[in-house]
Amino acid sequence: MADSTLTLESEIRLRLAGRAGFEHGPGPHDLTVRLAHATDVPAAVAELGAAGLTLAMLVATDEEATAERDLKVRYIFEPGVGTTLPRPDTFVTLVAALDPAHPQLPSIAANVPAANWHEREAQDLFGIVFTDHPEPNSLVLHDGWPRGLYPLRKRFDARQRPVVEPAEEFPHLRVEGEGVLEVPVGPIHAGIIEPGHFRFSTVGERILHLDPRLFYTHRGLEKRVEGLTAGDAFYVVERICGVCSVAHGLGFCEATEQIAGVEVPSRARAIRTLALELERLYNHVGDLGNIAAGASYHYGTSAGARMKEALQQLNERLTGNRFLRGLVTPGGVRLDLTSELVQSIEGVLAATAEGLENLMNRIENAPSVLDRLDTTGILARQDAINLGVTGVAARASGVDRDARRDHPHAAYADAAGPRVAVVTETDGDVHARLTLRVAEARESLRLIRALLSGLPSGALCAAVPGVLPPWGIGLRAIESPRGAAVHWLRADGAGRIDRYHLRSASYANWPAVPLAAQTAIIPDFPLVNKSFELCYSCTDR
Amino acid sequence: MLLAMLRSLRTGVVTIRYPAQSTQPPVRFRGEPQITTGKAFTALPPASVCPAGAISGGSGEPRYAIDLARCVFCGRCAEHALDGAIAMGREFELARRQRVGLVVEVECDAAGLTTARPSAPEGEQVAERIRRILGHSLQLRHLDSGSCNACDWELTALLNPVYDVRRLGIDVVASPRHADGVLVTGPVTRNLETAVRRTYEAVPEPRVVIAVGACAASGGIVGRSYASAGGVGEVLPVDVLIPGCPPRPEAIIFGLLLAVGRLRERRSRAP
Repeated sequence: MADSTLTLESEIRLRLAGRAGFEHGPGPHDLTVRLAHATDVPAAVAELGAAGLTLAMLVATDEEATAERDLKVRYIFEPGVGTTLPRPDTFVTLVAALDPAHPQLPSIAANVPAANWHEREAQDLFGIVFTDHPEPNSLVLHDGWPRGLYPLRKRFDARQRPVVEPAEEFPHLRVEGEGVLEVPVGPIHAGIIEPGHFRFSTVGERILHLDPRLFYTHRGLEKRVEGLTAGDAFYVVERICGVCSVAHGLGFCEATEQIAGVEVPSRARAIRTLALELERLYNHVGDLGNIAAGASYHYGTSAGARMKEALQQLNERLTGNRFLRGLVTPGGVRLDLTSELVQSIEGVLAATAEGLENLMNRIENAPSVLDRLDTTGILARQDAINLGVTGVAARASGVDRDARRDHPHAAYADAAGPRVAVVTETDGDVHARLTLRVAEARESLRLIRALLSGLPSGALCAAVPGVLPPWGIGLRAIESPRGAAVHWLRADGAGRIDRYHLRSASYANWPAVPLAAQTAIIPDFPLVNKSFELCYSCTDR
Repeated sequence: MLLAMLRSLRTGVVTIRYPAQSTQPPVRFRGEPQITTGKAFTALPPASVCPAGAISGGSGEPRYAIDLARCVFCGRCAEHALDGAIAMGREFELARRQRVGLVVEVECDAAGLTTARPSAPEGEQVAERIRRILGHSLQLRHLDSGSCNACDWELTALLNPVYDVRRLGIDVVASPRHADGVLVTGPVTRNLETAVRRTYEAVPEPRVVIAVGACAASGGIVGRSYASAGGVGEVLPVDVLIPGCPPRPEAIIFGLLLAVGRLRERRSRAP
């Protein structure tokens, strides 16, 4: 693995020679590239793309109060799908420094669609102007937010509550022509669902175009953790999303541990991995029921809900919380596994395995259900790659990526740890995403059993210093139930949180939903949406 | 079809009988944090130990209080307390009609020990008008005002075959026009404030507002900021608060029955 990282590094050095400075970090196999001129960003991004890298996320920071007196935009890249397997576990950070008086740089969104939302978010929250952005509308801050006020700039006091200014209706793409009807839905929906606004343009039942508007649940959580110790901030991060509590809590912990140089005991890593897979399992099993609900298959809805309930009750027995909160902690885990609990897990797993096969068997033999699932909501492989789609949504469209293998974390990073068998499908429709979830649930069952049979003994937690090494950066990716979530964390001069940024799997996947909706009719949209099963809360933060 | 029916018969009834029958949460469940009386007052951890800012008092002040509306039930205060001065209990029926009913409080006595602070027990003061008009059934509209989705999923769980809240005459309906009230989850984000107000206004009067979970009850871990109002109470009149992060399904059922003043009636049906 070290060899392939080196080859990649030498290629990048060659391609960007004379235009940038190079250093290792933040991770042991990572590379940081500092551009001399921010205007070189599009050219440098093109070179990195040609070297086989793909954009994972952008992180903007306000470093005006530091010695460098600037704003920075970091473009985080990782080896793309074209790279041969096994991919090197590496992140390449391209750093552009901006004048705080005129923070401006060229947009890359026209050539790299995955950058679209990231740039708009940095524009809203930091006031950074990305020139020639194809769609420069606000994203995170909605109508009535005062112009020229940027909440993630350091001089903005988070307690401030600016008055809502009069505003016009949000701009969206209007489809014109005979018979075109616009259908507005949300943000408050008819079911128990998170809030988002969807503007459908339809002809008859067919969806021509979908313009989604999200970030209704933007709670300012990245600002909320600034200035806190990592120990305090953890509890906020664990609560960014309900059904990704373990994945996000763990990503934050691993970033903290990377900064502090803390080695987590192997038993703790195994228990963390167990929790990650239990989280995936109750999500995937629940999604199976939710997709059945979307297809009006009520037997499936009830069967899925019951299996999910059994798993959530297991979660509560293990961790005292039905969403597995309170287990992971910086440095390790807070709770151990007893032999009683192991038995309890094995019992629930056996029932889940049986229930899963039974339900899947029934779905596969129900023509009226399959008719709803097949060829509905197709996401093309190339679209998935261009948008940087991740997780179930990517793998169901034939994109072979999984952070458990590509950026090993928890026990997946151990030489003796479990190895995940990555599953892919090719059709990219609702049926493919359903089948893939079932295959992944089976794989999670296998992994949990493997973890339980080889649980290492030893300590549960290593000490993490209350104060982190100043200006240390942590960068970690975790495979959450919805795909890779990338965490970027930096300590300030006092060892507290200076900036934390989460690019959740849902954030990366949302732009794919409107594309998939184009092969659907309006009554099927809930089904398409459920087959992606994206969280609004970890997108909006 | 026949096979499915046979399977259903074999499975039997999976629905629990709460609240007619009480349930015991698992041993590791973290319910109400309890401040033990008769311990050294100095054994209580500093207020800063709470990531949600639920603790007040201590450090010089002769009183110490935990606000259960803010509490995220992480157990950190119990971890940092000396001599078991705080223990995470297993009580989950914590819903109350008033925020003041949700404060766990002790004083420091002359000997420097924690002593119970007399508080006015809230009892089951039924909003008589609401009970008279809404009667036994309660149709509610879910209103996500910026939750992390954990509370939302627990509301979904109420409709699963295990909790099946419809057996109690309670249901979640699609339109606010068909509802007797709203079940609010989340701290009311700036981007949702208008939608929250409009949904509430669309519910015919009289209407109940039930704040589900720490964020809705108080702002919780999100607090008050440029993006968050810091709880539903900042925007709408709240009738019942259900603490928890998230509250487990039975805790929500308890709160719903409290909202219509039907707790005593359901309890008396216990065999």
